[in-house]
Amino acid sequence: MGRGRIDPGWGFVAPALLAIGAFFFVPVVASLLLSFTDFDVYAVARPDRLRLVGLGNYARLVAEPRFRTALANTAYFVIVGGPLSVAASLGAALLLEAKVARWKGVFRTVFFLPVVTTLVAVAVVWRYLYHPRHGLLNLLLGVFGIGPIDWLGDPRWAMPAIILLAVWKNFGFNMVIFIAGLQSVPERLYEAARMDGASGWQQFRRVTLPMLAPTFLFVAVVTMIGYFQLFAEPYVMTQGGPANSTLSVVLRMYEEGFRWWNVGYGAAIAFVLFAIILLLTLVQLRLRAREAIP
Amino acid sequence: MRRRVQTFAVHGVLVVAALLTVLPLLWMVTASLMPAGEASAVPPRLVPSAATLDHYRALFARLHLTRALLNSAGLATAVTLVSLFLNSMAGYGFAKFRFAGRDRLFRVLLGALVIPAQVAMLPLFLILRALGAIDTYWAVVVPGMASVFGIFLVRQYALGIPDSVLDAARVDGAGEFRIYRSLVLFLCAPVLITLAVFTFMGTWNDFMWPLIVLADDRLYTLPVALANLAGEHVQDTELMMAGAVLTVLPVMLLFVFLQRYYVAGIMSGGVKE
Repeated sequence: MGRGRIDPGWGFVAPALLAIGAFFFVPVVASLLLSFTDFDVYAVARPDRLRLVGLGNYARLVAEPRFRTALANTAYFVIVGGPLSVAASLGAALLLEAKVARWKGVFRTVFFLPVVTTLVAVAVVWRYLYHPRHGLLNLLLGVFGIGPIDWLGDPRWAMPAIILLAVWKNFGFNMVIFIAGLQSVPERLYEAARMDGASGWQQFRRVTLPMLAPTFLFVAVVTMIGYFQLFAEPYVMTQGGPANSTLSVVLRMYEEGFRWWNVGYGAAIAFVLFAIILLLTLVQLRLRAREAIP
Repeated sequence: MRRRVQTFAVHGVLVVAALLTVLPLLWMVTASLMPAGEASAVPPRLVPSAATLDHYRALFARLHLTRALLNSAGLATAVTLVSLFLNSMAGYGFAKFRFAGRDRLFRVLLGALVIPAQVAMLPLFLILRALGAIDTYWAVVVPGMASVFGIFLVRQYALGIPDSVLDAARVDGAGEFRIYRSLVLFLCAPVLITLAVFTFMGTWNDFMWPLIVLADDRLYTLPVALANLAGEHVQDTELMMAGAVLTVLPVMLLFVFLQRYYVAGIMSGGVKE
């Protein structure tokens, strides 16, 4: 390739970079800038009425009880729902990778089915499953003598109900990743452990878990990022209720930004969410990096 | 003996877990076939007393979901085709050319994966509004034209193409675009199918963005139309279940037929650190 000629590589990457740049990076930067302004429904019509408010939006957010509720609810969803999801995924993967297990392909497909369904559609379905009087879930629990629970009507149960739906919907995804991780553990490690007289549990504890550490890190980070973006489940099933018990950060951003057109304020909410996700991702990467050094 | 107990226990748990996993989907299908009111019977029924397709007829004839079905199919197809084209070019470019700043650029792209899509939504709406694209199909297609994940997936695969094959084509006088079009696309076919399945399903299932940019109900995608119906027809359980089946079935069929590619895609993202 002659001097002065632009490398053809640029020609190949440019269209995608332009698309991502114009419709993702530019909006992200614009969002940060907007979060320092009072851009609202009036400014949508007349942008010259825009005023800089510095960190005003963020200060208002910190003091706003409704936002704090949304943040606490989202944290609840991530902290309880995330580990439950990952545990269900690992459990399913271990069962499917058990030496005695048969029809693995069939079971794997069944466990994976909820992952490919449309969230809105299954949220609609689960809304009926959770019905206190004629929902299947209460019927099932009734068999074990557990009294009828008003899943979506009781502020104490609404978030657990959403977590249960999320675990059901998502566990198949991480299960597949765990299966790949389990299959990459060399068989000779187990053989060596057995020679040393390790029990099944000890093999799991001393061989399987340490060898799965990189998989765990990936699964934990991806699940956390996804769960922080909770939106469609409460939007369809509870609209954030009852008593704001399922109001999430993204739902709060949606109502502020897209329902009331407080764009500056909504952008600040989005950035708080981003900052939290970024911080927690870095913390997880750092923690695991330290663990990896024996 | 111990082994037999273990076999029994493992399969017992697997069967129970599988039943619990399919139960909501199974009930969705049976309830959609029940006569009106039967899905809310006390105690709950699992099997319709007499199967009927009335609710599906109502969806198409009375509630105009045909339109939403076509919107979803058309938009998912359009996004899939455009993004396959742009992502495959970029993935190949990042894998097989050495231009200045390439690696730094690629790292910046990967770093962007931590940024939640919602951060871009408000300004993106304003930009598309200024372009007159809000409340048109364009508003759904434009943000999906290229994706970091897609570029990454193709790049990882294209790294495996031997340079000698490409150089041989160059010696034969083929232009760069021609090499991409007739050689690289062919060699990358498996990963492109994976990416196509991912993109189609992702676009089909997407809810928040179409909800925001589509106000005209003739442009609604299925999830948006369904969420809308769910508000108006809370009492019509059977009708809502038919709507849910209609929304879920196309992607589920796609998955069942192409699951090999879909699962391969997840693993390639998860295993390579």
